Amino acid sequence: MLTIERDLRRFRQIVRGRIRDNLRKYVTHGEMIGRKGRDLVSIPVPQLDVPHFRFGDNGAGGVGQGDGEEGQPIGKGGNPQQGHGPAGSDPGSGHLLEVELSLDELAEILGEELELPRIEPRGEAAIVQQKAKYNSIRQTGPESLRHFKRTYLRALRRQISTGVYEPDDPRVVPIKADKQYRSWNTIEHPQVNAAVIYMMDVSGSMTDEQKEIVRTEAFWLDTWLASQYQGIETRYIIHDAVAKEVDEHTFYHTRESGGTRISSAYKVAAQLIEQQLPPSEWNLYCFQFSDGDNWGEDNEEAFRILGDKLLPSVNLFCYGQVESPYGSGEFLGHLQNHFGEEHDSLILSEIADKEAIYDSIKHFLGKGR
Amino acid sequence: MSSVITTNLPPQLAAIQCEMEGYARGHGLDFFPTIFEYVDANQLNSIAAKGGFPVRYPHWRFGMEFERLSRGYHYGLQKIYEMVINNDPCYAYLMTNNCVTDQKLVMAHVYGHCDFFKNNFYFSKTNRKMMDEMANHGTRIRRYMEEVGVEEVEEFIDACLSLEDQIDVHSPFIRRREERSRYDFEAERDKTEAEGPPRFRAKNYMESFVNPPNRLAAAVKQMEEKRREPKPFPERPERDLLLFLLEHAPLNAWETDVLSIIRDEAYYFAPQAQTKIMNEGWASYWHSTIMTRQGLSAAEVVCYCDHHSGTLASSPTQLNPYKLGIELFRDIADRWNRGAFGKEFDECDDDRQRRNWNTGAGLGRRKIFEVRRIHNDLTFIDEFLTLDFVREQRLFKFGFNQSTEYYEIESREFPKVKRQLLASLTNLGRPQIAVRDANYRNRGELFLEHSYTGVELQLDYARDTLQNLHRIWNRPVHLETVLENHLTNLSFDGSEHAIEKGEPFEPAEGAPS
Repeated sequence: MLTIERDLRRFRQIVRGRIRDNLRKYVTHGEMIGRKGRDLVSIPVPQLDVPHFRFGDNGAGGVGQGDGEEGQPIGKGGNPQQGHGPAGSDPGSGHLLEVELSLDELAEILGEELELPRIEPRGEAAIVQQKAKYNSIRQTGPESLRHFKRTYLRALRRQISTGVYEPDDPRVVPIKADKQYRSWNTIEHPQVNAAVIYMMDVSGSMTDEQKEIVRTEAFWLDTWLASQYQGIETRYIIHDAVAKEVDEHTFYHTRESGGTRISSAYKVAAQLIEQQLPPSEWNLYCFQFSDGDNWGEDNEEAFRILGDKLLPSVNLFCYGQVESPYGSGEFLGHLQNHFGEEHDSLILSEIADKEAIYDSIKHFLGKGR
Repeated sequence: MSSVITTNLPPQLAAIQCEMEGYARGHGLDFFPTIFEYVDANQLNSIAAKGGFPVRYPHWRFGMEFERLSRGYHYGLQKIYEMVINNDPCYAYLMTNNCVTDQKLVMAHVYGHCDFFKNNFYFSKTNRKMMDEMANHGTRIRRYMEEVGVEEVEEFIDACLSLEDQIDVHSPFIRRREERSRYDFEAERDKTEAEGPPRFRAKNYMESFVNPPNRLAAAVKQMEEKRREPKPFPERPERDLLLFLLEHAPLNAWETDVLSIIRDEAYYFAPQAQTKIMNEGWASYWHSTIMTRQGLSAAEVVCYCDHHSGTLASSPTQLNPYKLGIELFRDIADRWNRGAFGKEFDECDDDRQRRNWNTGAGLGRRKIFEVRRIHNDLTFIDEFLTLDFVREQRLFKFGFNQSTEYYEIESREFPKVKRQLLASLTNLGRPQIAVRDANYRNRGELFLEHSYTGVELQLDYARDTLQNLHRIWNRPVHLETVLENHLTNLSFDGSEHAIEKGEPFEPAEGAPS
């Protein structure tokens, strides 16, 4: 009798459609991205209500009831309150509706919207992961792996069959022959793993705004890559004149004032790859964000490491240059001159502002590597 | 009671309904036959999502509303107690897992609403067979969806809904202009034209003196000029934008019908928005009267009080219409019972004397029934919100403080509070917009004007709305409003938005600053 299911289905379709339509907006404004729990993002879908001619929210007052002196604050502004007293006929039309999407769904939408090709992992057969699985039983082993239940049962059986067991005094004492231990089998399965190395210039010329751009872009890159591989490993490197590997929080919150040597970051990345992330086992992705400032004499050194060590071992090396009021923005041009416009695994992108994130992601991931 | 129509109501509740209806009639309430449907939470939410009508045209916003309601219910944030439909017979819904005390309360409340629907003047022109009409609308729109496609119809509905509040709520009661057929071209012609300019009667030999030829020639020329002058269209600004579009926009048959459906429903719902405070106040007044005097058993008192006070709770930033309404009705009843009204009372300055005023008039009951018949929220507040009441109820005006980004209590002064309240009720708290010119720049563009009252329009919404208006009008559309104290022209020509800043805005004489 009720047709509400139809409307609900329709609404959900539109919500998904809306997300598609406005995806550019989400990506660029980074409004609501936050991982909740394990893999849920909660997205407020704005303006799902039909637009009307109406009064602006702030500035409008209303009438309230209760105690309080004049000038006493009664509520935080900013959020669209129904400040117009009781006149609103509809019960607080919710135009901020949270729709729960899983990260997988989000990535799928992103992929569809940006028309991203699915990534073809390289050398999948070569990468074999070995995993220990505790699924068998042995007679010997360390006490820490003793299987209590089985050991007890065997001891009980032995005691009953030898007539030692007394129901009135039900003590069961295992001897060595009773003991059973858990044991593992090694399971091999081919695994495609990806590692992402983020590098960022944290010298004085990078402002918070630029870091925000980097963070938003990194979120979407992670989301997409995670949907393409079984597991991804993320590493962060910051640099000014020297570089070091840091955790995620430090990555986004450090600000140094020194000069800039991009080669230092490349060096650390190359080391990292050599020691921990051998290209034979990992699909490697490097994303470097910088405002394009580099110490002039350092360029040659940087190109050398990049050309000799990094580029041959990674799937993609993406260089994103954010526009900064202080940076010179020269590095992008130097890279282009040195490696040529079309390089297999080197992708260069200029990110002028938040609006450009969308195109930049498409640019980075558009090759499907 | 003979008027109780059998439904799926369990016998126990049917008996309670008889009882409550008896009490309501005993107090003089006068209502349509009332049918209570007994539904579970899911059904209730889905009906509520559709504005109380189980069968309506399909639209995603009902689904959205349903999602909101059922989530709210699921997380225990909100619960719909009562829902009642202005219809003859009146339909009301009871939720299956409410306790008996709640059901009693809801029934008493519902009879208050039913009485209000039937007797309040502003509802007098509403369609009392709306249940059928809504189902009818559903059938029609579903048919169009089959004929021209779901997407297209839905997209058009969205455009119409965007303008649904652009109606003239008083038009059911006032004839704004002569009804004129759009094919009646004769009416356009001025009668005086055929007869020439007016002339005085004069004898032959006096003619050239009484009606000098050069004067006549000038008059003819003037008329000629006047005739050439383009006639404004519409002649006077029209506030019923939807009607205007129905009559003049280039719509095909199904579009016209969809638009008229949206308009009908908007007019049907308008009185409920116009009388929210009174309607809820009236219903609450009666549920509290009936329950506390007759309906309650001793065991139910605590439960009743809990839920009653929950309904009437008020928050600092949001005036509760239930609370304001019931208190005003109580205040009116009390004052007219004591005879505390009229010239003598108004002129009395002595607070104690006013407080203890009692002429034993005993007119309270009669007065509130009269008030519920002839007032709407705006006139209700205007007439009965007194200084004493504002003080007693501790009402205040709040405003937004730009520097702290907080809403703050601005004033407790009576005139300010009252003015704020009236302003928020004027035109249902929405900006007043009218069609000023449908042939703007002589290019068939639609020009709307917003009567600025001190609060700016929300720009992004206004733009999107213009875009939807363009979908219907099919020619560029403009809206004149005030932004940052300058007359501003918002335009949409089908592909691009434009803002044109004009002269500084100066409020008209006598307008409140």
